[in-house]
Amino acid sequence: MTLGRSAAPDGRGGGAPALVVERLTKRFGERVAFQDVSFEVGQGEVFGFLGPNGAGKTTTVRTLGTLIAPTSGSATVAAVPLTPENGVEIRRRIAIMPESPGLYLRLSVAENLECFAGLYESPAPHERIGRALEAVNLVDRAGDTCGALSKGLRQRVALARALVGDPEVLFLDEPTSGLDPVAARDVEDLIDGLRQRGVTIFLTTHRLDEAERVCDRVGILNTTLRMIGRPADLREQLFARTLAVRTLAPLADPDAVFRGLPGVESWHQDRSGAYLISISDSSRAPPAVTRALVQAGADVLSVAESQHSLQDVYLELIDEDVELNARRR
Amino acid sequence: MSTTRVRAIIRKELREYRRNRAIVVTMAIVPTVFLVEPLIQIFNLPASSAGTLAHKHPLLYMLGIPALAPALIAAASVVAERQQGTLEPVLTTPIRRDELILGKALAVLVPALVVSYGVFGLSIAAIELFAQAPVASAVLRGPELLAQLLFTPLLATWSIWVAMAISARSSDIRVAQQLSTLASLPSVLVSALVSFDVIHANLRLAVSLGIALLLLDRLGWWVVSALFDRERLITGTRS
Repeated sequence: MTLGRSAAPDGRGGGAPALVVERLTKRFGERVAFQDVSFEVGQGEVFGFLGPNGAGKTTTVRTLGTLIAPTSGSATVAAVPLTPENGVEIRRRIAIMPESPGLYLRLSVAENLECFAGLYESPAPHERIGRALEAVNLVDRAGDTCGALSKGLRQRVALARALVGDPEVLFLDEPTSGLDPVAARDVEDLIDGLRQRGVTIFLTTHRLDEAERVCDRVGILNTTLRMIGRPADLREQLFARTLAVRTLAPLADPDAVFRGLPGVESWHQDRSGAYLISISDSSRAPPAVTRALVQAGADVLSVAESQHSLQDVYLELIDEDVELNARRR
Repeated sequence: MSTTRVRAIIRKELREYRRNRAIVVTMAIVPTVFLVEPLIQIFNLPASSAGTLAHKHPLLYMLGIPALAPALIAAASVVAERQQGTLEPVLTTPIRRDELILGKALAVLVPALVVSYGVFGLSIAAIELFAQAPVASAVLRGPELLAQLLFTPLLATWSIWVAMAISARSSDIRVAQQLSTLASLPSVLVSALVSFDVIHANLRLAVSLGIALLLLDRLGWWVVSALFDRERLITGTRS
């Protein structure tokens, strides 16, 4: 990664969070796009914004990017309050890569970037364009017409375009949508490189595995912000820790084996025959369970702590919303 | 107002025209077709009819070209970018709406002036070459040549603002182009009425129309900028 953000001459940002959002709401007439959304994103943080289609993710990005006005609430973007008068100043400090690349297909890659370097009034446009192209590995394609590029390459051009303005905060709306795994990995590597340079990244994505890999924290939005935190913390908040015990044959009296063990709260058997034990203490419960199984003469196949992915967290929350909506109807 | 950002838009637009020359060629075709018939009439006029041209201003008929020619391109300028998804990335940059509007308008004005002055120059050359000498002298009069030179940018600019106002509010490029062509017809009509001496051309009329167009052109920039609503253009709903 060679792209480097120049040091802020006015000391912009300081130690303040890159994004502060307080009870932000956007309605289109009667329809609520998102409401009462509050969160903070620290400088240099990669923040994942997850949610189903229509949850309000893109509208949130557009609102923070001053493309649309919030109905209520307040926000500070790159240390600038989100007000109509501050639109130009905010847009000078941020960049948004929309889901659709939106390139001028008759122009070359370099010509597309030149246009945007001009719009950002970049002091050394050719140098910035060169660095942006280098960052997305497109130096050798600078002269190619954008219309002749594959979807993945167009996405990379759009990313280079977002970097030309040297943003403090970079909003990426589904940057890996429609990309093959290798191209998607390249984008993830680029995000990682930008994080190391101190660029704050606000990433909306449907790829939960990607969010888990690249994001420091995630927020799950479904019109309202359902949860926010580090992926591991969300897992802990939402799911009780569970030990999965598999034995060769069913235990004669499992309740007698598991009851009263230190750190064990409850147990049940799933359809596969495994015993799922809810535990409160992951340092005391596994050895105690193992000892109890051995004492009971069980043929133990495995004792393992169940791992929940970010996808489990996401689906749990969204399913809750679906059930709640069904009950309201 | 940032001239760097305005220049970036102009350069981008002109590059797109250059890559797609059909845009400018089609701009020239319609007015040229409408000129063929009157020019042939002028070529066929006998020398004795030069006197009857004293109260007519056939050259001013050509002011219909700048009034009509830029409408199609200007009508596409906003709505086409919106449909192609190229508008949103531009709107995420620090550009102000009046800068974007001015850059786009100036980019349309350049080919409009090239087409208008080009067709005008070719017509003058054709009249000099093919019309009877007394007829050519009666048609090619200094004040009218000057009027053509001065009114061409004023009329073209007005046509651009009207078409861009329609473009900023349209969701379909074809509707925008048809409405813009219709909206430019009153200017064409006034040019034709002056040309056929229904409205009598004199210095006072020229100065009045010139001042009125100057004011309208300035007002047009302001009005189109006001109509340019980022939220509506991005989401399709009013802010």
